Amino acid sequence: MPPQPLVTARRLRKVYGKPGAREFTAVDGIDFEVRRGEAFGLLGANGAGKSSTMRMIACVSPVSGGDLTILGRDAATDGPAIRARLGVVPQDDTVDTELTVRENLLIYGRYFGLSKVEVRRRAAELLEFARLTEKADESVGALSGGMRRRLTIARALVNSPDIVLLDEPTTGLDPQARHLLWERLFQLKREGVTLLLTTHYMDEAEQLCDRLVVMDSGRIVAEGAPAELISRYTTREVVELRLTDGDRATYGDELRSLVARFEDLADRLLLYTDDGEDVLSRAHATGARPITALVRRSTLEDVFLTLTGRSLVD
Amino acid sequence: MTAAVDLPTPTLSGRPPARSGGARAMVLRNVMIYRHTWPLLAAEVFEPVLYLVSFGIGIGALVGHVPGTAGTGEGAVRYPQFVAPALLATAAMNGAMNETTFNMFGKLRTDRTYESILTTPMTVWDVALGETCWALLRGALVTAGFLLVVLALGLVGSAWALLVLPSALLIGFAFASLGLLVVTLLRNWQDFQLIQLVMLPMFLFATTFYPLGVYPRPVQLLVECLPLYQSIELLRQPFLGQVGPALLVPAAYLLVFGTASLAVALRRLETTLRG
Repeated sequence: MPPQPLVTARRLRKVYGKPGAREFTAVDGIDFEVRRGEAFGLLGANGAGKSSTMRMIACVSPVSGGDLTILGRDAATDGPAIRARLGVVPQDDTVDTELTVRENLLIYGRYFGLSKVEVRRRAAELLEFARLTEKADESVGALSGGMRRRLTIARALVNSPDIVLLDEPTTGLDPQARHLLWERLFQLKREGVTLLLTTHYMDEAEQLCDRLVVMDSGRIVAEGAPAELISRYTTREVVELRLTDGDRATYGDELRSLVARFEDLADRLLLYTDDGEDVLSRAHATGARPITALVRRSTLEDVFLTLTGRSLVD
Repeated sequence: MTAAVDLPTPTLSGRPPARSGGARAMVLRNVMIYRHTWPLLAAEVFEPVLYLVSFGIGIGALVGHVPGTAGTGEGAVRYPQFVAPALLATAAMNGAMNETTFNMFGKLRTDRTYESILTTPMTVWDVALGETCWALLRGALVTAGFLLVVLALGLVGSAWALLVLPSALLIGFAFASLGLLVVTLLRNWQDFQLIQLVMLPMFLFATTFYPLGVYPRPVQLLVECLPLYQSIELLRQPFLGQVGPALLVPAAYLLVFGTASLAVALRRLETTLRG
């Protein structure tokens, strides 16, 4: 028997509001599986239904339709038992502002029914893991954004969860704080913790995820490993050109004819090709004088653009 | 149906029990906070003491004995003795209700403290019950502090006054539950004015400062419906040494009032917190 997936969603739906007039479908019949030990990503623009999906998996928001099985249990009926084995890192850091850093961990452990001795030991370990030992007895108000996020992650680990859910883990953090956080998440992955995260950053998805689904308007539009998706949905390289309005009008059509796939964005043109240097020299040969020209490899951002016709981060 | 996956936990250390900390964890959280902010509790005892000194002792000097209680002379009730249990009931009421309205509103709407608590095995019921328990404990603590002051002032005439403590727990339960219901109805901080609009007149007119006999009969009926009036009755009778089956009426009233409020509040909280 193949190992059972930790999370299985079948025709999963989330509908907000009263049926009829003000109904809004956030998640519209999605299927996916999360396997033990992998880092699984939900990639999509804001409002694609990622957070709603996460909230259903966290068993904090009821399923509107379809089946959702987590750790072999039904999300609709076994909420508390499932939550006992999850670690949740919400999008906004909802740390307990009335308590100190250490107290945040201590009380969170008590919510899981851990003993006083046990939570004290765990808190010390986790402060070390989150590199917050020096801040242990300070108020959470004294923490930077990156530290707060690390505290939220440490808190989510207090019950030694099977799965850690992270909703937009690095949104709002500066590059240095992001890298430190990624490094901590890698460590968890190495230790065998299953990670399930949402993100609208393609670099984050490429860095962290073994497998991901791309969501758009409540549906899954693609599924696979980052490299797989890139090779399936886009060319190897991309030529990015910024042109003056004049050049754009004059040479736009000619440039378009150079490649099989072409994107006309507000601030730049994207030419998809397997040989970037060749296309670039032919672009110059048309007589267009780009303000900037760049050849780069394709990313998940391009996959997203291909699939949805829109950019990930607006 | 498939069986639950039961492989070793691939994490930092041992497996936790799959259970909730329950209402007890919620009370612990509050105890943790009050370890930093206990002077607030002391301030809450101070407020009824101010009322007792100004009304009970100040105005009491003009009033002397309370007409309509037990006649005049030896058995009559001195005014501060009359006011003290009412202020005790009010302190228990405010202590409990502030906790589930003011303090809970921030956690519910601004800090979203409960949202993160509810990602653990804790249920809405655990949260609501825990907050209610804490609120009534806190109400009882304030009452006990005030009772000590009253005792020191020599206003306690009967050992039955000790009934004040369990009674204060019941009053705390009724108003903590009411507060829990009210907090689900509040939209913003301005709405707290509306609470004051109800609480202040109730404090002034629910026989806190004079007996029910002052009112004409129709008004008496109205006042008798107020939860604070029933709370005062529950405390004043034993405080003055009058203990009998009549005490069962306010006790039953508060029990029903609190249970009904709690039931409605739970349903509303469930929809607010589990969208």
